Amino acid sequence: MGRLDGKVALVTGGGSGIGRAAALLFAREGARVLAASGRNEAAARATVAEIAAAGGTAAYALGDVARAADAQRLVATTIETFGRLDVLLNSAGITIPGSLVHEVDEAAWQQVLSVDLTGTFLMMKYSIPPMLDGGGGSIVNVSSALALAGVPGCAAYAAAKAGLIGLTRTAAIEYAQRGIRVNVLLPGFVWTPMHRVADPAAGNPTHPPTSDYHGFIASQVEPMGRWGTAEEIAQTALFLAADESSFVTGSSLAVDGGLLAR
Amino acid sequence: MTVIIPSQRVDGQVALITGCGAGIGRALALGLAAAGADVAATEMRPQLFLAEQNAADVRAIGRQAFVATLDVSDLDSIAAAVAAVREHFGRIDVLINNAGVNIVKPALDITAEDWDLTHTVNLRGVFFCSQAVGRVMIEQGRGKIINVASQFGLVGYRGRATYSAAKAGLVNLTRTLAVEWAEHHITVNAIAPTYTATVHNAVGRDDPDFVRELVDRIPLGRLGLPEDLIGGVVYLASPSADMVTGQTLAIDGGWTAW
Repeated sequence: MGRLDGKVALVTGGGSGIGRAAALLFAREGARVLAASGRNEAAARATVAEIAAAGGTAAYALGDVARAADAQRLVATTIETFGRLDVLLNSAGITIPGSLVHEVDEAAWQQVLSVDLTGTFLMMKYSIPPMLDGGGGSIVNVSSALALAGVPGCAAYAAAKAGLIGLTRTAAIEYAQRGIRVNVLLPGFVWTPMHRVADPAAGNPTHPPTSDYHGFIASQVEPMGRWGTAEEIAQTALFLAADESSFVTGSSLAVDGGLLAR
Repeated sequence: MTVIIPSQRVDGQVALITGCGAGIGRALALGLAAAGADVAATEMRPQLFLAEQNAADVRAIGRQAFVATLDVSDLDSIAAAVAAVREHFGRIDVLINNAGVNIVKPALDITAEDWDLTHTVNLRGVFFCSQAVGRVMIEQGRGKIINVASQFGLVGYRGRATYSAAKAGLVNLTRTLAVEWAEHHITVNAIAPTYTATVHNAVGRDDPDFVRELVDRIPLGRLGLPEDLIGGVVYLASPSADMVTGQTLAIDGGWTAW
């Protein structure tokens, strides 16, 4: 018996990192999964193939969550393909090469806010009506430990991720009486492809070498002393998605190896 | 009681539960057993018959159970109970610090005795149980400690000055032990239930206005039940939450979200 038997889950960012791990796990637990990806069709297709190979049911769709028409279409595709929507995991996110606040490019700032915050809002906006039609659902937003703990070079990302906490709480209250739970998880440092982008040395070769990103991150993974894995974050997303958390709404839950406890 | 069988598993793990008489302690014993754990049900002597009943019900589920007297306010009692549980099962994988007491009074009426009792049971007791079991877990190189805090450790509510202070202390004790014992692969987390209807607070629920006030404050529109906490506790005890430590998980129907 799977923990998401009979449910349909829409997972954004389903081609890589946390979204991919969650799509695989949700399918393994009985959900039919729509893996959404921004542009990377090969990655989304690979997630679906892996789910199918394991005996699960999945489809993929491409769309930019920061564009209302795309968000709407991702939800519509889910309903057309699987007939309903029970779980929305907002895992799509981007970041930009680390720069201090006075160096952050305005267009890059806008881009991060558009995907990481507005994208989640749009996906919620268009997912909630079919969830209400279906009698309820569970929305899991992926924020970050950086929403609460300052890390140099992450201003736009941290601001967007902090915004997700307010968005989550508001929606939790608005839909509590109508069967939709909304929670947010805060991963700590998790080894995903996003870190290649955030690394100033890789993403922005002209950045002063004083910022040794990996050295800095290594100092941040205390107290547990290791990076988290995408699978570990997916396990918590599953807990929040499934009925075993039926009295949990508006909650923020960090999966960070103790980073925020310090 | 309806026991929701959690689909997460804690097969073969040994869980020591304090305050394992009625209410939340009983629900967690049956929930953890349903998820595959063996249970050490501990209680103070006058309530030991309740722990015996819980143990019988755990065995009926097909898991092992052991009963020990444990008064969290008495360090000798803690030491004896932890030694007995370890002797019986050979190890302790999960500690549920559930024993607690609540004294509801206006702040102006709280006596030193009220304050001391609340803090002795809810905070000092949790610390020394964690210390005793922590020693065992450090030897084992792993363990999961789960503290039953309260939403009143996160937000204020009238009449709860001493309880809220102790539970808030528990939230930060949770973080501190999490940081200190991370290197031993021991995770320390808490749950923060909302007002949970149990036999312990049945008297307070005689007042329909009070119940209505509480329910109006809970977005999911009802009081908490002990079985609401099973899913979260099994999650925190299971390998699913190996990277989760120092956290307080609100299982409060949304009370603290607004």
